[in-house]
Amino acid sequence: MIRYISKPHPITGVTNSKLGVWCFLASEVMLFGGLFSAFLMLRIGADSWPHGWELLNVPLATMNTLFLITSSVTMVMAWASLALKDIKKYRLYMAATILLGIGFLIVKGFEYAHKFEGHHFPSTNNFYAIYFTLTGLHGLHVLGGVLVNTYFLFPGSGLWKKDPDQFMGRVEAAGLYWHFVDLVWIFLFPVLYLL
Amino acid sequence: MAGRTGRRKGFAVSDQHHSNELPFWRQYIFSQDHKVIGMQYAVTGLLFLLFGFCLMMLMRWQLAYPGKPLPFLGNFLAESPVMPGGIMLPEFYNQLGAMHGTIMVFMGVVPLAVGGFGNFVLPLQIGAPDMAFPKLNMMSYWFYFIGGVIMIASFFIPGGAAQSGWTSYPPLSNIAPLGQTFWLIGMAFLINSSLLGSINFIVTTVQLRAEGLSFFRLPFFVWSQFVTSFLLLLAFPPLMAAAVLQLMDRLAGSSFFMPSGLVVNGATTPWAGGGSPILWQHLFWFLAHPEVYVLILPAMGIVAEVMSCNTRKPLYGYKALVYSVIFLGFLSFIVWAHHMFLTSMGTQMNSFFQITTMIISIPSVVILTTLILSLWGGSIRFTVPMLFALAFLPMFGIGGLTGLPLGLAASDIHLHDTYYVIGHFHYVVAPGTIFALFAGVYHWFPKVTGRKMSDILGKIHFWFSFVFINGVFMPMFIMGLAGVSRRLYDPVQYAHAQSVQPLNVFISICAWCLGLAQIPFIINFFSSIFFGKKVDDNPWEATTLEWTVPSPPPHGNFAKPPVVYRGPYEYSVPGCAKDFLPQNLPAGQAGAAEVK
Amino acid sequence: MSDLSPEAVKHHVKVYVRVFVALAILTMITVTVSYLHLTIAAAVLVALLIATLKSSLVAGFFMHLISEKKIIFAILALAFLLFLTVLLIPVLSHP
Repeated sequence: MIRYISKPHPITGVTNSKLGVWCFLASEVMLFGGLFSAFLMLRIGADSWPHGWELLNVPLATMNTLFLITSSVTMVMAWASLALKDIKKYRLYMAATILLGIGFLIVKGFEYAHKFEGHHFPSTNNFYAIYFTLTGLHGLHVLGGVLVNTYFLFPGSGLWKKDPDQFMGRVEAAGLYWHFVDLVWIFLFPVLYLL
Repeated sequence: MAGRTGRRKGFAVSDQHHSNELPFWRQYIFSQDHKVIGMQYAVTGLLFLLFGFCLMMLMRWQLAYPGKPLPFLGNFLAESPVMPGGIMLPEFYNQLGAMHGTIMVFMGVVPLAVGGFGNFVLPLQIGAPDMAFPKLNMMSYWFYFIGGVIMIASFFIPGGAAQSGWTSYPPLSNIAPLGQTFWLIGMAFLINSSLLGSINFIVTTVQLRAEGLSFFRLPFFVWSQFVTSFLLLLAFPPLMAAAVLQLMDRLAGSSFFMPSGLVVNGATTPWAGGGSPILWQHLFWFLAHPEVYVLILPAMGIVAEVMSCNTRKPLYGYKALVYSVIFLGFLSFIVWAHHMFLTSMGTQMNSFFQITTMIISIPSVVILTTLILSLWGGSIRFTVPMLFALAFLPMFGIGGLTGLPLGLAASDIHLHDTYYVIGHFHYVVAPGTIFALFAGVYHWFPKVTGRKMSDILGKIHFWFSFVFINGVFMPMFIMGLAGVSRRLYDPVQYAHAQSVQPLNVFISICAWCLGLAQIPFIINFFSSIFFGKKVDDNPWEATTLEWTVPSPPPHGNFAKPPVVYRGPYEYSVPGCAKDFLPQNLPAGQAGAAEVK
Repeated sequence: MSDLSPEAVKHHVKVYVRVFVALAILTMITVTVSYLHLTIAAAVLVALLIATLKSSLVAGFFMHLISEKKIIFAILALAFLLFLTVLLIPVLSHP
């Protein structure tokens, strides 16, 4: 009934889900844009602003960065495995992506716990406020991605037998979202931790 | 996808291809059919419009007769904390004001214009079986519903609803009672609803157009919804960001919007400070300015459809309309700080936004002018939808023209935050957009239900509404020029306001009469569902695709995917037997002279 | 991704691995530079440059933007323009 779910539109060249997920990512660009705008305004308006490396754990965050970058590779490898019709490799790579994402969140949890133990809260000053808000919202996006990927690893993967093209399209869409989350971190990490 | 169309109580019973298997709650409550979802949006939107209107009618009592107890209703509320002895408390007045604006804009007009009309009409007008993402569509309605419930619930919690204006400026909104937190969470749901909806509209319009339906053969209604969806998609997220930041301020004690050294009621506040209230204003208005174009664009789309059909001639300047609406949409993102001329941005920034604001009036005027010129030489049918569409033109004109001194920084200094502003924006939204929405209801009611609404009740509704709505908003320009501020609880507190107080009485009486004038509409709407005159599939003899399917359309809309052969407004084509050519009529049929 | 033959995919996989190595190296560079404690202007410039490079690699190769259709670019270009607007105008309006 509804066309261009699995096969691309002859003129636009994309499927509905691909166009849809890119529209969604465009809105996410604006969401983080609003938050980065807040960061800039607060920083410019502040009398003094600490360096990220003075207050935050750079080695831990570097490891987290490598986690996310690796998970981006495993995510695209999961999609490539589907293109090669290898469902077993797909499951392996998808599982790796999920585990790396969970790893990221666990490290974040340790970071936050350490901050709270040192009595550093969003209410302490605006550096911590924007740090917690930016990384917190990003973390929620990571969690959302982990949940979506888990769905595609287990219950959702039944679609592979019924309509492999549609399933591949869905995994590609989930992958685009996951790469975007990685992209945001690629900017968040230097802005908060290294400057 | 041929099937029976059941008629139960005159409503569209979507014929699912397995209709016998779908239980009631999946066919009518958690439906994925764009027509059911559109009706859900429309009815919910209309109810919220009525509720928001009632809030205003309460406010108008305080403004006309300040400090006097409200008759009749006041007796019921006399024991309540908000209107002790039937006299409104200032805090309650502020709640009414903030929630009137919020409810009308976010829960009334946009859900009706975009969620209601857009959802129902757009897939039909482009020849699609449904929206691209039916499940997402359903989710977007329920997010809206939940957001609406949270907003209404906020009236009943300690401290009451949000009371810092629909604009929620900090620091006031940061220290406001719990209702503000409800507002923020409610907005989060409404924003997400909007986001899901806009993705659906964009993908559907791009991907699911019928064969032969190129972009420049689209009805202008579809163009207006398409551009609107981009505004919603890209302008809402910064407000989401701002809502997150304000929630952090209120719940986690951060100081994103709290300046240093703030003193409230003689005591210093516990916030660390260093924040910027102006940051909120930038992020809020980045959404709220495009939002007003979200309010007007679907209305222009509806007016275009109703007018072309009721003048029996093509719209004048279709291409100019399309290019204008695209240009307007783009410009709408870079004018927002004309709401902030008085915030010390500096003359360069003020100049920049003044210039872009003046430029954006150009496409608006082009659109209004082409619509007016479309009347020239037409065979005008003064149907009820046409009356509302015709009234839209001068009303929107007044609204637009009165915006000019607000868009120029020098004159805005005197007019900012006065009743002049209230007059200006209400002219655009109330006798502007809402009249267009009424036109849409009367116009598409036969397609949704297979019955026409009563013409007599419709004409009574129109004429009384038209007279009283002007009575409500025209005097506000005078009040604003006299210097009366908006959001004033006590209208006679200041000497300069006392001289124009009689206008407040006049406005309030017109407002209550305007409320009474909606009763024929409400009666008409519900009784016509059951007892309205039954009509065929195309009672208005219109050309666009939605009129080629049964009323109400079955699930899947079209028995076969339609093919389009011409533009959307082929009325009165010379040499044709009838005075209209449907878009899907093959070339060379019915004595048709072919036009591109 | 219009070409999904096994050879094409295997070629893409090689590209993914190379991009991963580049990203890892760039990460180490950006962290090392931060230990140099440059002036704020220089530090911001270097950090944003490296971040832009890394994100271009992710967007171009992992998200397949390098071979994507025009309509996607159009939407992204609009979003990027507006991103710059919401990022810069408030800051420029700061008295």
